[in-house]
Amino acid sequence: MAPTDVKQEGPGARGMAAPSRPRRSLGQRLAARITNVVNLFKKELISLWRDRALLVLVLYAFTAAIYIQANGMKHDLNRATVGVVDEDNSPLSHAILDGFLPPRFQPPVALKPDEVDKEMDAARYTFVLNVPPNFQQDVLAGRAPSVQLLIDATALMQAGLGATDISAIFQQQVNEYVSRTARETATPVELKIRIAFNQGLESSWFTGTMGLITNITMLSVLLAGAALIREREHGTLEHLLVLPVRPSEIMLAKILANGLVILVGTAFSIIVVLKLVMGMEIAGSVPLFLVGTALYLFFTAALGIFLGTLSGSMPQFGLLFFLTVLPMNMLSGGFTPLESMPQWLQATMQVSPSTQFVAFAQAILYRGAGMETVWPRFLATFVVGMLFFSVALARFRKFLAAQQ
Amino acid sequence: MSPASGLRPAAVRLAGVHHRYGKTLAVDGIDLEIAEGAAVALVGPDGVGKSTLLGLISGAKRIQQGQVEVLGADLAQRRARDLVQPRVAFMPQGLGRNLYPNLTVAENIAFFARLFGENADAKGARVAPLLEATGLTPFAGRLMRKLSGGMKQKLGLCCALVHDPDLLILDEPTTGVDPLSRRQFWDFVDSIRADRPQLTLLVATSDMEEAARFERVVMVDAGRLLADDTPAELLTATGQPSLERAFISLLPEDRRGDGEGSGPVAPLADDAPIAIESRGLTRRFGDFVAVDHVSFKIRRGEIFGFLGSNGCGKSTTMKMLTGLLPASEGEALLFGVPVDPSDIESRRRVGYMSQAFSLYGELTVRQNLELHARLFSLLEPAAGARIAKLVADFDLADHLDDLSEGLPLGVRQRLSLAVAILHDPELLILDEPTSGVDPVARDNFWDHLQRLSRQEGVTIFVSTHFMGEAERCDRISFMHAGRVIATGAPDALKAAKQSASLEEAFIAYMEMGGREAANDARLPPPQAGHARPSGFSWARLGAYAWREALELRRDPVRLAFALVGTAILMIIFGYGITLDVDKLRFAVLDRDQTAESRAYIDGFAHSTYFVVEAPITSPEDLDRRLKANDIAFAIELPPKFGADLRSGRPTEVLVTIDGAMPFRAETIKGYVQQVHLLFLQQMAEAAGGSLSSAASLEMRYRYNQSFRSIDAMVPAVIALMLIFIPAILTALGVVTEKELGSITNLYVTPVTKLEFLLGKQAPYVAVAVFNFFVMVALALLLFGVPLKGSFLGLLLGAVVYVLATTAIGLVSSTLTNTQVAALFGTAIGTMMPATQFSGLLQPVATLEGGAWVVGTFFPTTYFMRISVGAFTKGLDFSELLPFILATAAFWPALLLLAHLILRKQER
Repeated sequence: MAPTDVKQEGPGARGMAAPSRPRRSLGQRLAARITNVVNLFKKELISLWRDRALLVLVLYAFTAAIYIQANGMKHDLNRATVGVVDEDNSPLSHAILDGFLPPRFQPPVALKPDEVDKEMDAARYTFVLNVPPNFQQDVLAGRAPSVQLLIDATALMQAGLGATDISAIFQQQVNEYVSRTARETATPVELKIRIAFNQGLESSWFTGTMGLITNITMLSVLLAGAALIREREHGTLEHLLVLPVRPSEIMLAKILANGLVILVGTAFSIIVVLKLVMGMEIAGSVPLFLVGTALYLFFTAALGIFLGTLSGSMPQFGLLFFLTVLPMNMLSGGFTPLESMPQWLQATMQVSPSTQFVAFAQAILYRGAGMETVWPRFLATFVVGMLFFSVALARFRKFLAAQQ
Repeated sequence: MSPASGLRPAAVRLAGVHHRYGKTLAVDGIDLEIAEGAAVALVGPDGVGKSTLLGLISGAKRIQQGQVEVLGADLAQRRARDLVQPRVAFMPQGLGRNLYPNLTVAENIAFFARLFGENADAKGARVAPLLEATGLTPFAGRLMRKLSGGMKQKLGLCCALVHDPDLLILDEPTTGVDPLSRRQFWDFVDSIRADRPQLTLLVATSDMEEAARFERVVMVDAGRLLADDTPAELLTATGQPSLERAFISLLPEDRRGDGEGSGPVAPLADDAPIAIESRGLTRRFGDFVAVDHVSFKIRRGEIFGFLGSNGCGKSTTMKMLTGLLPASEGEALLFGVPVDPSDIESRRRVGYMSQAFSLYGELTVRQNLELHARLFSLLEPAAGARIAKLVADFDLADHLDDLSEGLPLGVRQRLSLAVAILHDPELLILDEPTSGVDPVARDNFWDHLQRLSRQEGVTIFVSTHFMGEAERCDRISFMHAGRVIATGAPDALKAAKQSASLEEAFIAYMEMGGREAANDARLPPPQAGHARPSGFSWARLGAYAWREALELRRDPVRLAFALVGTAILMIIFGYGITLDVDKLRFAVLDRDQTAESRAYIDGFAHSTYFVVEAPITSPEDLDRRLKANDIAFAIELPPKFGADLRSGRPTEVLVTIDGAMPFRAETIKGYVQQVHLLFLQQMAEAAGGSLSSAASLEMRYRYNQSFRSIDAMVPAVIALMLIFIPAILTALGVVTEKELGSITNLYVTPVTKLEFLLGKQAPYVAVAVFNFFVMVALALLLFGVPLKGSFLGLLLGAVVYVLATTAIGLVSSTLTNTQVAALFGTAIGTMMPATQFSGLLQPVATLEGGAWVVGTFFPTTYFMRISVGAFTKGLDFSELLPFILATAAFWPALLLLAHLILRKQER
């Protein structure tokens, strides 16, 4: 394998007809391919290490970004804004208002009747409760009066949850008030609701994990695709292709190097940011989750390279990136429930490994699911990843020729 | 003594100029005076500070130390610089580096004319003669990137001359240009000087032959002046036959190279076998035939040279030989075997060096060498020994741990060659390996090649623009327009054309091959005087906007994405993002199995919100199905549920909800409670009683009575779409100029930073407004979301919003230096704030901490309210106005930020 062996006085020098190049065994060739990938892999790591601006962004994406998103944005009812027009001003109306407790509600703010429209138009209050005059009197007299609750229906996530909540608070306060004067019969059937997996319905765990998933997708597609385009623009890709390395080895090295960086970032984010700092309870096995992440990264990096071969320049890649990654992220079930999408879209999104990733991440991290539950999703992710890898590979030489 | 100073005033005066990059001192105390109307050549090897010096004189670089006075103005002062810039023209190093590849020849010139405030009439009068004089008239409509290197440089000169400068600065204008084009270029420059004696010309070059054309030659080395005199005087003073030798003799002893070149070269054995054979090799790109039936044979150990005009197919031929590019027709044989790109083993026998530096810039010299040694399976200790030998041979020891991208050009080329021969290839294919390399380094390089060829029997196939190098080849081929015109030993070719020099023979053959001779049209006389540049010019802003729009129009892919992409995403998101929670799957563990328990379950099963699944068989089954997300919640009815209910004994129902997705869990909880309550009421009614409450809560959903997700989501999606794509388009706009080098035009022309930024922004604002109309149409027609409020308010809001979102792109691209970083920064900077913190899912007022801060100071927050307000809430113009004003405030703020970050001069 030493260069002198290959040269051998130049086989071409003696006979042009039958070049007698040394044939190597399958095992040797396989070993050579693996060493090639390892060497290129090291090169990729050095390249990444040298791009400090990118590293800072990667670091941010796995630490501060996750923390801000998890703690800043709750997917449950949190700090909802309530305005009140209290025309009764009675102990009962005050008792109802006292039922709006943080953290689910901000303290209700008193409004004048003519301010209601303006304030709601400006989206300053999602809910406005209007207690009519003589409300308490009417209740005591058994006239069953009604109180109006205005809900800003454009605040989608809050409107529904808040309405249910306010309704419960209202009934409870009224009942308590009434029961002090009259006897209440016990309900015959009691409803006991148990929340499985995330007992406290702590939504920061959810938003944190989903934020992590979003960033994993974004980073891995971008890093792999942009690295490819940058290499092509600098001519280094062409240079690699005259060396004894195969396109598949170049691609594999890129996928492995970018994947490793992101996998380490993910592990750090899960163990340090989510578990230690935010106290998330992880039901399942972190290693199993990381195995799944690795499969997912295989897909995203292959996708990134595929998009890279499709686009002629970085601006084109940028647009293509947004067009694919945005839907992959936003429709994966990590933002809004998958069940409510139209059937055709649900079916399409099932093909996307991002949907599978969200599903098995939730299953492993929250529900403590094991391999026996998540293996079909792992398999689906890998199959789609393989598909993109093969297509990207096929496009590789074409892509090089196209730049002429 | 400066020979040409006389009594004429100085056009350029430098005093004590120093310039450093980090720790490296590039210019080390230079004093220089150039008289008006003089023609001066600045010569010296690579990396001695020539370009830095020219950058300082042109005003492109900020002065660090010393005084630079140009045409009477002190360049350290901004005002003085602004006034003098219209009289200076600067053409930076690199082929067409400050030009725009996707603009045509005529458009490039028109762009520069506009930047210098030429009015339309004057512009027309200037452009045609310039094109005529440079012979570019037939190519006026051709894209700049499709021009050959020589034509690019001529176009660059046209662009530099369009405003009649008094000082013309050219940085290595003929590097990488073929001899014929080079000659035409200098003839053109001479004719300009003849017409305009007051024009001062300052040219940097590493080619000493070219320097001999100038009346004064300034030799630079290591940031200092080495000599400064007329070429004749320099030769006399040093007693050398050529400027090249004169220069070398002036260098310190240890840097003079190995003296008088190499000795005579041993002739090639006549019976050497054929190493490379090309049989009718042809390559077409669409209609264009790049290589047209090229055939030749190269013997083992031969040095075979390829000469020809830029773009004549040399590189394409070489790429086909390496297997990088498949041939359209014909075949190439290496050592008698057809080139097969899939044959990995054959690559071990070939070393290839491409025209541009193609090693990893972010790796050090050592890392690059080691990487290649490993990829060629060189094992230790052989690899270490081989690298050590190459480092010694190519004099790389001083640079071993330097990053490759920071190396001077000559060193980089040496490294490239070292890498190309690292694995002892039998065949070397070198594509213009010495382009831009200084004479001393070039000489050494060729000594290496000759040693490889004669001592080690390596076959070398090399392309070059230097006749001196061609003379050192065994045989050469002249190529033009994809065809080989002549092949033979240099002397034989000279003899055939009865030429004294190879260059003459080359030109004779080129003309024979169909290349046209130069044109000698004259330029019209310059216009009188230069207009004072105004503080703010719509014309210059317009020039940038027009240029940007043209570029966008020329990239159909980008344009299509920009115009249609938003619509596609809007359709996907309009349907996809919904917060309606329905079709929830549930299952029941019914331990009672009575009529009552079935009635209870029916309450759920008949609701449109729920879908009932197969019954649960055991608690384990319940756990498993929740875990696998087969069901969202489970109902457990206890034994004797029916009996207890009938007899009035208290009983309980247990509902287990999957809490993995808190929002969904909360919603389910609410639904379950409602259904349960309904069941109790029905039961009470059946028993004849009623379960009425003391008071009721009457809920009214405002703005969206049916509480349809789509009515709120579609306007919100419009807000999202108007940030992502406009921001990313604009972000790549500025940073591309940085990467390609055309940012120089900002440094050296009168355009102001504000004009530059606004001009860059304008086309993308137009694209975004167009997108806005498309999305409003989609919302009304496809999604059936009515526009209840003021359209005018919505439109005005959208305009100020896209001004803000494109300005985010401007900020991101002024902050970053590479397209990747700009892309990434914009993605991170817009995706999370817009989707999470701007009120799409949760009102901004309910956010906390960092999220609240981001949400409050982000334009999407306000436009989201405008869009939702105008569509769904039915707000009129006056009600929308406060949000419009809030959105509008972002534009000036972001613009100011970009203005502060952007620099009008290079550091």
